[in-house]
Amino acid sequence: MHESFAYFEHGADVGIVGRGAQIEQAFEQAAMAVFALMTTLDALLPRQSVAIEFEEADAELALVTWLNRLLGEARSRALVFCRFRLRRNGAHWSGTAAGEPWRAGLERGVEVKGATLTALAVTQQDGIWEARCVVDV
Amino acid sequence: MDLGRLQEINPWCYALTPLPGEARAPVRLYAGAALLRDMDAKVLEQIANVARLPGLVGAAMTMPDAHWGYGFPIGGVAAFDAEAGGIISAGGVGFDISCGIRCLRTNLDLPSLRPQLERLADQLFRTIPAGVGEEGKLKLAPAELDAVMRGGAQWALRHGYGEAADLDYIEERGCVAGAEPKSVSDLAKQRQRGEMGTLGSGNHYLEIQVVERIFDVKAAAAYGLSAGQVLLSIHCGSRGLGHQVGTDYLVTLAKAASRLGLQLPDRELACAPIKSPEGQQYLGAMNAAINIALANRQILTHLARAAFRAVLPQARLETLYDVSHNTCKAETHAVEGKPRLLYVHRKGATRAFGPGHAALPARYRDTGQPVIIGGSMGTGSWILAGNAEEQNGAFASASHGAGRAMSRHQALRKWNGRELIHELAANGILIRTRSMRGAAEEAPGAYKDVDAVAEATERAGLARRVALLRPMACVKG
Repeated sequence: MHESFAYFEHGADVGIVGRGAQIEQAFEQAAMAVFALMTTLDALLPRQSVAIEFEEADAELALVTWLNRLLGEARSRALVFCRFRLRRNGAHWSGTAAGEPWRAGLERGVEVKGATLTALAVTQQDGIWEARCVVDV
Repeated sequence: MDLGRLQEINPWCYALTPLPGEARAPVRLYAGAALLRDMDAKVLEQIANVARLPGLVGAAMTMPDAHWGYGFPIGGVAAFDAEAGGIISAGGVGFDISCGIRCLRTNLDLPSLRPQLERLADQLFRTIPAGVGEEGKLKLAPAELDAVMRGGAQWALRHGYGEAADLDYIEERGCVAGAEPKSVSDLAKQRQRGEMGTLGSGNHYLEIQVVERIFDVKAAAAYGLSAGQVLLSIHCGSRGLGHQVGTDYLVTLAKAASRLGLQLPDRELACAPIKSPEGQQYLGAMNAAINIALANRQILTHLARAAFRAVLPQARLETLYDVSHNTCKAETHAVEGKPRLLYVHRKGATRAFGPGHAALPARYRDTGQPVIIGGSMGTGSWILAGNAEEQNGAFASASHGAGRAMSRHQALRKWNGRELIHELAANGILIRTRSMRGAAEEAPGAYKDVDAVAEATERAGLARRVALLRPMACVKG
């Protein structure tokens, strides 16, 4: 089981890391890291699903695009996401994010404004993909 | 930060010595040795990278509250000349475009406030949507949102939010020129739908403060400040629209830089020449987001006035000043004795026009622009006055806040939000928040000493101290 997410230190903002056996899984875990900053993911149910598609040949820019599309879609629909699926076919990325509307009782963490190009890296080592960047909070 | 590579120009300004063969513009760090020693080494790396960008005029600079950011350091100032191939950078502005502070003076003093402080804090907390996932009551259709992007605080005033006199005390009278809604993505507009008139989270706040001490009697009189007077400060920005503009253009500008063959020292500096199509599009979108922020603070001012009147019917709140600290603005500055139009990036830095500047309202023309340095929720904030450019060598810029001293995760490990709120209450500071995690992350101890930042700002000649404010109650997101 190689899927996991974690954080690394950054002075004012937060560094996020997603890991997985495939690049797509690493991106999904990076998304988990982002949304776990906003609330406790275990308290959420995947009641509504949103499709996400984009074209990006550069893997690092694809990570930033994926995370920023998720943040934009969540905020524009007043949702908070807890489950993510992503598939890559060359430069074409397609996936879904599922979650539910904000409601009373959900923990309120910190709002994530966007993913940045700082400390941005998508790497593979010993069969594990790792996707990381700093997110602005 | 290791001071080994720094050369002292004076005790409050240091230059970064170039490495052998290093080709870049000068770097200036405004702060004393103690603040610099505590500063993250990444600040030096980031500002040295900024000094290698094309079209930079003068030096790349950091303010006394600088800390590690993304792209530019927070507290970074850099001016570019479009005619010399100068660039514009989304990372040099930040995602929370035109984040800033609106400070309002009241006709209340501490004795009249204190018996009603709890009620007022509760009323403000009920009235002001704050925190992640909280929406405002105002929902704007796309066409109306375009009008806000063009009109800023002037749009808000036309729609019944605030008072006409507010506009005199907002930078650019509440509306910057050059906003281009067509350069703002549909997703950015959708993201703003429920967010007009909301505070946000993180380091954003609405705080009731009292004037603790006056340092400059003449400037304080011009600003209408006296010891014991109650003030209200609102710290927030352009909300979801600004965040989406920032994120959209980060990738756009990274690709433009690559396409145009710009040699960037780090990809995080994603930028494009000001005159390029991508540069012009970002400029139009950024100006639209600035107007959203100005409208947002105008709406929040209106909501705060209503909350005050519900508890203290005699309360009058007048805008002292509204300053933005995440912007790129076209300004004319004297360079080697000649006026030059520059695009001044201030990321986590406040504009600080000095006495006599034509952009200032008549009331402040002799004293200079009010500069607001926001502190943490447990420490003081400061009001300073801008100095003439002969004293301020940073294109009329100054500090914007205390600046973080430790990361959010370090703060979470060190403090418990609920306990912290009780401790602050015991010290007479009321906190209202939905986020215990956010309270811990924003613990006063996670920030630098704001008094040291204000002192360094003055001693470096960037601005002069006018008044120290003490927090009484704080609504946090």
